[in-house]
Amino acid sequence: MLRFIVRRLLQAIPTLLILSILIFAWLRALPGGPAGALLGDKATPAKIADLNHVLGLDQPIFVQYFKFLGRVLTGDFGNSLSSTQPVLQEILDFMPATIELSISALIIAVGLGIPLGYLAARFRGGVLDNVTIILTLVGVAVPVFFLGYLLQNNLAAPLGLPSQGRLSTGLDATNITGFAVLDGIMTQEWDAVWDALRHLVLPAFTLATIPLAVITRITRASVLDVLNEDFIRTAKSKGLGEQTIRGRHVLRNALLPVATTIGLQTGLLLGGAVLTERVFNFRGLGYLLAEGIERKDFPRLQALILLGALVYVLVNMLVDVSYGLIDPRVRVR
Amino acid sequence: MNTLLNKKKEPIDKLAGASAGGRSLAAEAIRRMARSPVAIVGAVITALFVLLAIFAPLLAPKDPFARTMQDKVELGRGIIPGPMPGYPLGVDDFGRDFLSRLLVGAQQTLLVGVVATLIGVAIGMIIGVLAGAFGGWVDTVLMRFVDVLLSVPSLLLAISVAALFANPNQWTVIIAVSIVSVPIFARLLRGAMLAQRDADHVLAATSLGVKRHTVVLRHMLPNSVGPVIVQATLTLATSIIEAAALSFLGLGDPDPSRAEWGLMLGNAAQHFLDIRPELAYYPAIAIIIVALGFTLLGESMREALDPKNRR
Repeated sequence: MLRFIVRRLLQAIPTLLILSILIFAWLRALPGGPAGALLGDKATPAKIADLNHVLGLDQPIFVQYFKFLGRVLTGDFGNSLSSTQPVLQEILDFMPATIELSISALIIAVGLGIPLGYLAARFRGGVLDNVTIILTLVGVAVPVFFLGYLLQNNLAAPLGLPSQGRLSTGLDATNITGFAVLDGIMTQEWDAVWDALRHLVLPAFTLATIPLAVITRITRASVLDVLNEDFIRTAKSKGLGEQTIRGRHVLRNALLPVATTIGLQTGLLLGGAVLTERVFNFRGLGYLLAEGIERKDFPRLQALILLGALVYVLVNMLVDVSYGLIDPRVRVR
Repeated sequence: MNTLLNKKKEPIDKLAGASAGGRSLAAEAIRRMARSPVAIVGAVITALFVLLAIFAPLLAPKDPFARTMQDKVELGRGIIPGPMPGYPLGVDDFGRDFLSRLLVGAQQTLLVGVVATLIGVAIGMIIGVLAGAFGGWVDTVLMRFVDVLLSVPSLLLAISVAALFANPNQWTVIIAVSIVSVPIFARLLRGAMLAQRDADHVLAATSLGVKRHTVVLRHMLPNSVGPVIVQATLTLATSIIEAAALSFLGLGDPDPSRAEWGLMLGNAAQHFLDIRPELAYYPAIAIIIVALGFTLLGESMREALDPKNRR
């Protein structure tokens, strides 16, 4: 098992290295060149020459790349053009919001998607099945940001839910970890917990739609596949009860492909977070990215894109490892 | 010797291309799709959309670019006139007839979707065929590259490509959206190539002395067309949605005269949703219906082409 994990970890290294080369190339291809792009409006010929020297752009390309790699590995992404803070600091400040939002969305998607997909498959061809299929197809076709605005404009007021931000203004919440809900629990400020949760509802549902649709579909298809397996017939013919077969034979086997999909959903969540956080002014990494695009804040964009890819690669690696834990067959290969 | 081979080429190609059964796989798939209501709904939506895109300029009751009602629009005071005689859906923020813009928008939307998908297919096909047909280090290098593209979440990838262009326009959006689908097609074609490498028809063609590139292009590639068409249909839907997302983030075409659904939606959702939400709803509904149509068509094609479902 350990060997499997180590091998999987090692496999990610070339991918990450090539990714760093691409980002390096990307920076050089930016309008205005790397120094011009990183300085933005403040670029003067003198400043560009200065930064060129700091970045080592007057040196051979290989030296430049390794300098870049060194900076990335030490977390030095320069200063944000919009806030003039170090980009790393910005990211650390805004990250908890996105993690909170993504986890909420994932809980909704998994918590609703798996039961829904399972029920649809069990009552195949029934009303629930057909409604589920239609909803999953429509769910994928709706642009995320439009759904966000739709919920914000039509549901926030009737449900009495906040439609902007992470916490109500004027609420005196202690900030320890940056995770609003967690902080509230730690300090036992229950009004802050409640307020933070209420702020999460609409963005989390918005962000959850596409993963929810995908997870529901995969669960349904996977349950249907398993139901046709020989071992289900065997289980039935040896007289096992319906409940046992469903719980121990069908569901457990059907969830394997679903586990892989959940890993892939992180990509959708990271992309969706950009749109969702923009709509709801939810100040997380996605908000930071959307603002970075508007202000052409390239140091910030570079760091966020690299971070997004890194998270995606790591999560998928974790999923692979957990897949090996659940299914011994995977380890052998 | 050479002339002999050239003469024989035609029948060999036909032999290798024909399937073993009575009916070809394509005919079988079409027959099966004609019986599936999902496929019919998808095909009808797609066909109507394409027809609309072609004939939109004739159907539009007014000039979609003429700012005829501009004096009635007061964005500062939050006034955009609603439906009135001659303007059944009202006007947009520049006082242009919204119905006409929505109709003409079909054309631009189809263009964005189709061109982005075609670019994705073309680049992905080249990478996938090279990797699958050559194997070895070519395969390793190309697939590593594809893995990296796949390791960036799709919207982030599109954003980073779009950000490379100093002046965003229609084409930068198309390029950004198309890059996202490149790795998908590359993997698909590589898989199809690998699956056929030791297939009987390839072996037969090779042993008859057919040149390697001919084997790849005329015997292997045509057999992979089915899954590519399926994936392309699905990609068309996501391309249109992704283009809308880029417009929303301010990476779209800044030209206000262009009528494209994603642009119209992004613009309306961002700037005047509270004044006149319908201006966002109409293009959004249009996008959802069209994306749904392509998805239904693609999924039912996938099902029809799946040999597991063959009877």
